[in-house]
Amino acid sequence: MYGKMTNVSRRRILRGMMNGAAVTVALPYLDCFLNSNGNALASGEPMPVRFGTWLWGCGITSQIFVPKTIGPNYELTEQLAALKGYQQHVNVFTNFDVNTDGRPNLCHYTGWVATRSGEAPTGRDVLPRPSLDVLIADEIGATTRFPVLGLAATGNPRSSVSFRSADQINPPDTTPADFYTRIFGPEFRDPNSPTFTPDAYTMARKSTLSVVKEQSDSLRKTLGAADLAKLDEYFTAVRGLENRLQIQLEKPAPALACKVPTGAPKEPPAGIDSVDLGKRHNLMVDIAVMALACNQTRVFNMVYSEPQSTTTRHGESRPHHASTHEEGIDGKLGYQPTNAWFIARAMEAWAYTVKSMADFKEGDGSLLDRSLLFAGTESNLAQKHDLRGVPMMTAGSAGGAIKTGIHVDGNGRPGSAVGLTAMRAMGLKLGEWGVGAMKVQNSVSEVVA
Amino acid sequence: MNKASLFGTLAVLGAALLGTAGHGADHVASVGVPAARLITEDQYVNTLKVVFGPGLKLAPRFAPIPRVQGLVAVGSSHATMTAGALDQFDNAARLVADQVTGRENRDFLITCRPKSNTAADDACAQETLTRIGRVLFRRPLTTAETKAYVKAANQNAESIHDFYRGLAVSMSAMLIAPEFLYVTQPTQTVRGKTTLTAYGKAARLSLLLWNSYPDDALLNAAESGALNTPKGLQAQVERMVASPRLQAGVRNFFDDMLVFENFETLSKDATTFPTFTYKVSVDAREQTLRTVAAIVRDDADFRDIFTTRKTFLTNDLGSIYGVRIDKPDEWVPYEFPANDPHAGILTHVSFTALYAQPGRTSPTRRGKAIREIFLCQKVPDPPANVDFSKLTNPDPSLKTSRDRLEAHRSNPVCAGCHKITDPMGLGMENFDGAGFYRAEEQKAPIDARGDLEGVQFSDAVGLSKALHDSPKATSCLTQRMLGYALGRPLDSNDEALVKSLNEDFINSGYRVRHLMQTIAINDAFYNVEDRSAKVPTKEASNASSSVQKQGS
Repeated sequence: MYGKMTNVSRRRILRGMMNGAAVTVALPYLDCFLNSNGNALASGEPMPVRFGTWLWGCGITSQIFVPKTIGPNYELTEQLAALKGYQQHVNVFTNFDVNTDGRPNLCHYTGWVATRSGEAPTGRDVLPRPSLDVLIADEIGATTRFPVLGLAATGNPRSSVSFRSADQINPPDTTPADFYTRIFGPEFRDPNSPTFTPDAYTMARKSTLSVVKEQSDSLRKTLGAADLAKLDEYFTAVRGLENRLQIQLEKPAPALACKVPTGAPKEPPAGIDSVDLGKRHNLMVDIAVMALACNQTRVFNMVYSEPQSTTTRHGESRPHHASTHEEGIDGKLGYQPTNAWFIARAMEAWAYTVKSMADFKEGDGSLLDRSLLFAGTESNLAQKHDLRGVPMMTAGSAGGAIKTGIHVDGNGRPGSAVGLTAMRAMGLKLGEWGVGAMKVQNSVSEVVA
Repeated sequence: MNKASLFGTLAVLGAALLGTAGHGADHVASVGVPAARLITEDQYVNTLKVVFGPGLKLAPRFAPIPRVQGLVAVGSSHATMTAGALDQFDNAARLVADQVTGRENRDFLITCRPKSNTAADDACAQETLTRIGRVLFRRPLTTAETKAYVKAANQNAESIHDFYRGLAVSMSAMLIAPEFLYVTQPTQTVRGKTTLTAYGKAARLSLLLWNSYPDDALLNAAESGALNTPKGLQAQVERMVASPRLQAGVRNFFDDMLVFENFETLSKDATTFPTFTYKVSVDAREQTLRTVAAIVRDDADFRDIFTTRKTFLTNDLGSIYGVRIDKPDEWVPYEFPANDPHAGILTHVSFTALYAQPGRTSPTRRGKAIREIFLCQKVPDPPANVDFSKLTNPDPSLKTSRDRLEAHRSNPVCAGCHKITDPMGLGMENFDGAGFYRAEEQKAPIDARGDLEGVQFSDAVGLSKALHDSPKATSCLTQRMLGYALGRPLDSNDEALVKSLNEDFINSGYRVRHLMQTIAINDAFYNVEDRSAKVPTKEASNASSSVQKQGS
């Protein structure tokens, strides 16, 4: 986080270096000082923008989800009620379609893959193109310890929506304690610590990585083309580790809003009961907010529930997914009440994420002001695995690039248009995105600032 | 055994019902044909405990490996690294190195003593790293490797002023080196024939039998060239099959084949099944592994896994089976009576609870699991746009799962898939979603009749007997074992080998140890086809180039 810090001098920061040892000192970090308005770095560069994605499974109950009016100041519906007081930060995108170009509609799979990668998959084990968070992390993530973070409130290590391909999926943390340790464990360097000494052990680790790289030539000779590609991916990961160690050797930029948690949170019970799931989710969000504020990452992904949501409710024999298929439609309400109950819990969790970032002050605004969150699911009506009108939402303005508080009717536009809009807002220079019927050139103009 | 029964069932089902391609075929086509296998969590632990002893505290969590053709072992040749995945290996590496070089362990895990704890010691670093490196890299370190890692250890010892910390840095670097994390296929060409080198053979053999990297004796056999002789190979295979470590290999194979990783996320609704605790789920997994491992250990007929009444129980599991076990926290051998509804692993909690909903049964999931796990068939995805109107507001008079599923099958679109799964799954209906036996559902008697590939049965014991007698279940086991052994997807080129192994397996009296041993001494097991040199598909090429361009 880049807070105001007028009483810290350049000399003071340099003095903290390892007794004058030959250590790379990243002078641009002095740009952390804010301008007098608190809305930009002293150098005039814009403040960093963060990106997050949020997934819930099993769609929506459109009768009580879709706002009645289009445009700004939409009225919150029953299923969006948890956003009360924060809807001015949230855009709702309805009536955007996922087009498969004749490829199968793989239940609870095609929808989320296509909206996040711009292409409908040909099979259940296929992830044809990188997910949007990875592309964004390539653009903005390299200067933080973790270019992209994954979180699975489900507790399932296979719950990930972040990938370059089906064989290259970013693994998530599955418990708040693991996530806490990753961010604030022994390797964490408090950006607000008055002193900084590069750690000799970390320096040694980084320099020894070169041995790993240099000794790989003989291995390379034994590999065929496909394995060589894997080895290249391995070394890309090694460069990522090297970069992280390098970052840890540099005096971190001050982050005045960063308040290091005092310890790992108490774990809620394992499992996917909706109450425990909600607690686990919220604890993870709390840590994620501080990870952003402490400048440990700029991109994260949260899987609240599986695309084929297995979330359970005390005393209810059917989990969420089963209820979408088997529950009767309430004659009076006109929809499946238990299914709607599960979706409402998901929306509460989404609202918690939005509120946590909106209420977190950073400079002259909030963390959410300088972020863009992209939330989506995999279908409209899960009972029919409906790919027409797959709902999405965004929250935050990405530092002013996105107008907020708007309900957009896609009128059948490809759902990839929202992803393209998000990526462009995050600084990617993309002329188009997607494949076939999901290929789009135009952002969703209604929300482009 | 004809082609369809060995490989084609998947395709036959797909073609007959939906005309879709199989799971494995899709996956392979998308990524080319890689061969280097990424180390799994269990292999990591087993290997490091060989190097550093059982006292090492290790519970690594690595990124999940894709499951291909039903096995993580096969998917391990597809897994590629991400920054997040490497972080997990890096964390584990440092934990290992810290323990080995820490004050508590260094005196017995590091066999030499440095002249000074606060400075470099070339000789001790070299002795330690060459000894460890030989096991980690599954071959002696090259001179260049030794020099580089020792030099780094020395430099780091000097900069940190701590010999052991310097050593730990080099050790942890070796633990994330690709030579350790990936089991590659080093080859040699003798008289025009390309096979694995002796060290390559040692690795493949050890992963099959022990789910671990080679031990010292096996590496010695590779080093001396003995492993390249039939006699030397036979001697090593016999040694390894006779070792207690075979149990680790057998257990891992069945844990993988039975998709027991699903236990890690299994949970039941606490209101509906208050006695189904986390401990029960841990014990349920272990119960089945113990049962299967005992059959293999006793060199009994593999098919007994479907019918045996002998098992092992704990106090917690006893509460599900209605069996009183008086010894808390202890495993007790137990045999269900002849007339008991429990016989074979299908009636274990590990199957009945794993393949069920959190609050009730699922004949569809159970039938699908039987087809996919035990018959190597692929049940097609359900069609997306099903008309559920007949299912909404279900008739309350439909008391049992059979009644409800019959209503569901009245929709011809649903019937296509459900007729594949339900006739088997309904045979398990006497076991509720947590594995408790029941004769009734909502006070209506349960009808557990069904059929498996045309064989009629009246309950789960009958279903299990039908599976026991099914040639497809036998050939499925053979296929899975060969895929597990090779660590890559099987294709039509492997057909003859599977057929021959299957016949031999049957003739041996269905003995799993014999099957493993036969694979282990078979020349074909060590052949190296130039699979990874095949030109990747256009799609795979695009994926690779985009990865390289993007960085991470």
